[in-house]
Amino acid sequence: MDMNEIKEIFFQECEEQLAELESGLLKLNDGDRDPETVNAVFRAVHSIKGGAGAFGLDDLVSFAHVFETTLDCVRSNRLEPNQDVLKVMLRSADVLADLTNAARDGGNVDEARSRQLIKELEALANGEMPQPAPEPAKAAPIAQVAPAPAANDDGFQPVAFSFEDFEAAEPPTIEPSTYEIVFRPKSELYAKGNDATLLLRDLSRLGEMSIRCDMDRLPALDEMNPEAAYFSWKISLKTDKGEEAIRSVFEFAEWDCELDVTLASGDASDAGQELPMQPVPFDLSLLDEGAPAQAEAIEDDEQIVSQQHDLRDAAVSTAANASNVLKMAQTAARAPVENAKASPASAAQAAGQQAASAATPTIRVDLDRVDRLINLVGELVINQAMLSQSVIENDTNGTSSINMGLEELQQLTREIQDSVMAIRAQPVKPVFQRMSRIVREIADMTGKSVRLVTEGENTEVDKTVIDKLAEPLTHMIRNAVDHGLETPEKRVAAGKNPEGTVRLTAKHRSGRIVIELADDGAGINREKVRQKAIDNDLIAADANLSDEEIDNLIFHAGFSTADKISDISGRGVGMDVVKRSIQALGGRINIQSKPGQGSVFTMSLPLTLAVLDGMVVTVANQTLVVPLTAIVETLQPEASAIHSFGATQRLISIRNSFCPLLDVGRILNFRATQANPVEGVALLVESEGGGQRALMVDAIQGQRQVVIKSLEANYTHVPGIAAATILGDGRVALILDVDAIVAASRGQALKPEMTLAATG
Amino acid sequence: MKKRVLTVDDSRTIRNMLLVTLNNAGFETIQAEDGVEGLEVLESANPDVIVTDINMPRLDGFGFIEGVRKNDRYRAVPILVLTTESDAEKKNRARQAGATGWIVKPFDPTKLIDAIERVTA
Repeated sequence: MDMNEIKEIFFQECEEQLAELESGLLKLNDGDRDPETVNAVFRAVHSIKGGAGAFGLDDLVSFAHVFETTLDCVRSNRLEPNQDVLKVMLRSADVLADLTNAARDGGNVDEARSRQLIKELEALANGEMPQPAPEPAKAAPIAQVAPAPAANDDGFQPVAFSFEDFEAAEPPTIEPSTYEIVFRPKSELYAKGNDATLLLRDLSRLGEMSIRCDMDRLPALDEMNPEAAYFSWKISLKTDKGEEAIRSVFEFAEWDCELDVTLASGDASDAGQELPMQPVPFDLSLLDEGAPAQAEAIEDDEQIVSQQHDLRDAAVSTAANASNVLKMAQTAARAPVENAKASPASAAQAAGQQAASAATPTIRVDLDRVDRLINLVGELVINQAMLSQSVIENDTNGTSSINMGLEELQQLTREIQDSVMAIRAQPVKPVFQRMSRIVREIADMTGKSVRLVTEGENTEVDKTVIDKLAEPLTHMIRNAVDHGLETPEKRVAAGKNPEGTVRLTAKHRSGRIVIELADDGAGINREKVRQKAIDNDLIAADANLSDEEIDNLIFHAGFSTADKISDISGRGVGMDVVKRSIQALGGRINIQSKPGQGSVFTMSLPLTLAVLDGMVVTVANQTLVVPLTAIVETLQPEASAIHSFGATQRLISIRNSFCPLLDVGRILNFRATQANPVEGVALLVESEGGGQRALMVDAIQGQRQVVIKSLEANYTHVPGIAAATILGDGRVALILDVDAIVAASRGQALKPEMTLAATG
Repeated sequence: MKKRVLTVDDSRTIRNMLLVTLNNAGFETIQAEDGVEGLEVLESANPDVIVTDINMPRLDGFGFIEGVRKNDRYRAVPILVLTTESDAEKKNRARQAGATGWIVKPFDPTKLIDAIERVTA
């Protein structure tokens, strides 16, 4: 793993943290005051800051820092997270997301906005805080924070110190001088895992050192507390690194020892001689006598015996190097009484912790691997289909064991396929979460007050569908807030809550995912839509349209009802583009609108883009697959039901209503003249705008699940064809793009149909 | 024998950085995602030194350090706090909980390895 990969991980993590941040803030916004929610929000920002610092992403760090400081005020109850505060925080979360994206993909951030928010955040942190002092960096300008954390440091100065300073090739300009150091550790020093030996070792690296150990305070062994500190050292160090470097060696220990550093006046060698202490002869026999006595005092425990050895070993080495005695302090066990006290407590603690950690374990897998698996399973499905077909062709005995085995294989293959697809399935939550930001932004821009309610966030759908869902959904949300909802004044006038509600719902329905976007706005102004369509030459002035047909006009290309193109939804992209992208996903979109009560957009999408249930049909000796979801019914047309219309158009009457009859073979240029409808089969399909069309094919072969192979990836885009697949007999079949066929049949615009509708 | 380092950090980014840095420096690295997991794996990790974050879900760094110091076998293991916290109060708390030393983020591999070497034999 290299730094770039870690950076990639960092950005992935940022996305998760940002989602966490936003959902936490929204919870707080809804009145949640659980401290853990506040903590989670704080941690999210904190983690982003931590990682960003490691990669030198200074803009991100400085913004995150200010944000974190303000969140810390909330965490410590110095700032009440009311709606106003949360508004600023939600916007800050948006800016943080922007900064993260900018750090990953380059590009610019709205600096004015981020500066403004920094100000607002700082104001929040300052305004409510009783004592501003403990937040040293709060008032600091942006640039100061990340690159020089040492600057904010107070108390001990750990960061001011750097090993590089004295390991650098060029020594500092300080002249070598001799320091007298008295180092007297306290017991706490050892209790915190520090070790005098190591400190002395580090000190010795600074220059020439002579050292004496003062063992005067060492009591007799039977009085000795193995964890206490009895020794102290007098050190004479000749170094050119200066006193600062000496003190920094004791950086971690300075609270737990007495340290006295003085510059020696005389020569270094003199200083050594001046040390009053002499090495104390250490009598091992004393130790031997003392140890059993101690062992009796303590209860007989095997551990203790080994400790005696430790003790003795340590003591032996002490004769040579006094500091080693201190190891005893580290290795010796506590008195048994203390043990007994400690263990039930820790056991209880452990039990509590286990209860807390009952989450389902997950693993992260590279998407490529899953895709490879899905491809292979696709091949397996095709292979299995081919095998079945050849067995059927060669074996006349339908009850043979081969057939039974094949059936089992088929079932297994299906199950494997479903399970593999489930790996790619992900909840729509991240997309839904992104929408709340969109709503906030547009609400701000339009001056409307909007609440976004999401339901069914955990509904799962294939990852590719999710990825492609964000864009159309964003656009629809914009539309709903911009065009759908009224201004607060108008809402009040209409007797509604001044705050509008946009409801985003996801659910599974018959093998598809259905996403609903409902607003409680004014609903579609049909008169206005109709007028607009007439102005734009989309329909005839006297066309007689049903409400549903008028509503569906908004999906027509180049249609916009906003009187002037607003900055929000009028970006040259209309609902027609939304419809196109939904259709490209194999989905459908519908609108229902009630004047004064609002509109509901319903999208229905396949759960996966990798397989498709299709009807295999023959058209002009070509095998085609028609997506089953598009087909409403199939019928054998009778001659009496076929009516000519205009020069080339034909209609079929089904249950007293007329429906355009389209010859697929003609549209795809498989044949030069239209086939005789009576000899073929008509597939009644639902197309754009909810209208129905009858597609003429020559024959139906059957219904099958097919694995979708992209034509774009393997060949090139073919109009009227959505993709291809490989059938059981090994032949390639094209998958029909029903809506494209219907669109192609229309030639120019909506006009002829609308006249039709008038006739019908 | 390779020295064993237990790292406790909830950030995947930092965990990965620690892993790469420590492995490159010849340490054996065991990782936990929060204080609770840190205490759970303590025995099996059998670390020579511990590096821990402060802000973590479930059990923060202070609680984790206290937990380690209560464990008879590991109470003398050096614990380094990896922290972005710059105010003295937090550091004092870490110290009172029993931290051996600290490394201030932003994460710097050299600083980390130096600090580890300072507290281990």
